[in-house]
Amino acid sequence: MRIVISAIAGLVFGLGLLISGMANPAKVQNFLDLAGAWDPSLIFVMLSALIVTFVGYRIALSRQRPLMADRFCLPTAKQIDARIVLGPALFGVGWGLSGFCPGPAVTSLPLMASGTLIFVPAMIVGMVFARLLSQRLAARTVTTDPAD
Amino acid sequence: MTATQFTPLASTIGGALIGASAVILMLFRGRIAGISGIIGRTLPPFAEGAEAGDALAFILGLIAAPLVYVATTASPVAQTVSDNLPLMAIAGLSVGFGAAYGAGCTSGHGVCGLARLSPRSLVATAIFMLTGFATVFVMRHVIGG
Repeated sequence: MRIVISAIAGLVFGLGLLISGMANPAKVQNFLDLAGAWDPSLIFVMLSALIVTFVGYRIALSRQRPLMADRFCLPTAKQIDARIVLGPALFGVGWGLSGFCPGPAVTSLPLMASGTLIFVPAMIVGMVFARLLSQRLAARTVTTDPAD
Repeated sequence: MTATQFTPLASTIGGALIGASAVILMLFRGRIAGISGIIGRTLPPFAEGAEAGDALAFILGLIAAPLVYVATTASPVAQTVSDNLPLMAIAGLSVGFGAAYGAGCTSGHGVCGLARLSPRSLVATAIFMLTGFATVFVMRHVIGG
């Protein structure tokens, strides 16, 4: 049942991307093109998603625990460091170049555009590389600890 | 460059569905609907308690969406993807590395993080918006084409 809920959430998310126009790279790039044929549609996507999530989270997080899990699993990192600047900066460059971010790219796979079929494997390589790098950096922090 | 229609109604409905998905995941499973985080849980190096099966189910739902969309609306998905393959490869690497290194993407920081009023997500969203705008500006108005 837990798996079914996750699959339904994925399906609803994908339908939202398709209906909103967020899964169309041309629309995303036109949104990012303030000096050209600006298409402000994505402001409506972001605001609408944000309002529903803001209200829904208040209701969900007022519970002791989720309906189908032992506890809420929320991000704990608070610090504004180089990573939270460098990561999104690179992310935005790739997003601008392609018009794709991870959700729309994955949901577009069955549509089989050649650009999508190149983008998704490259994205996965980038993700694995960043995860390995993060793991190595974390390990280095531990081994340089004088108590170690 | 492909011209696109301004679609405030469809975009608002689609956005609400994205929000609904985020709320379902939090209410039932206590999880953030950050797509790069969800994909990351199915990739090495694997973390303990990452619940990769759950993440995989979400991804399968995401992949099924266009099939359901086409079957129910009987209309094709309007989409224009660049066929400049080297550019798409570089963009994919940059998006994947940036999202995993910066702990989130458009959904994780831009929707879920902002809804939680996270200062980190606010910084992340402002930065990727800024470099996104700058990249398209350079690509279309400085280099051209």
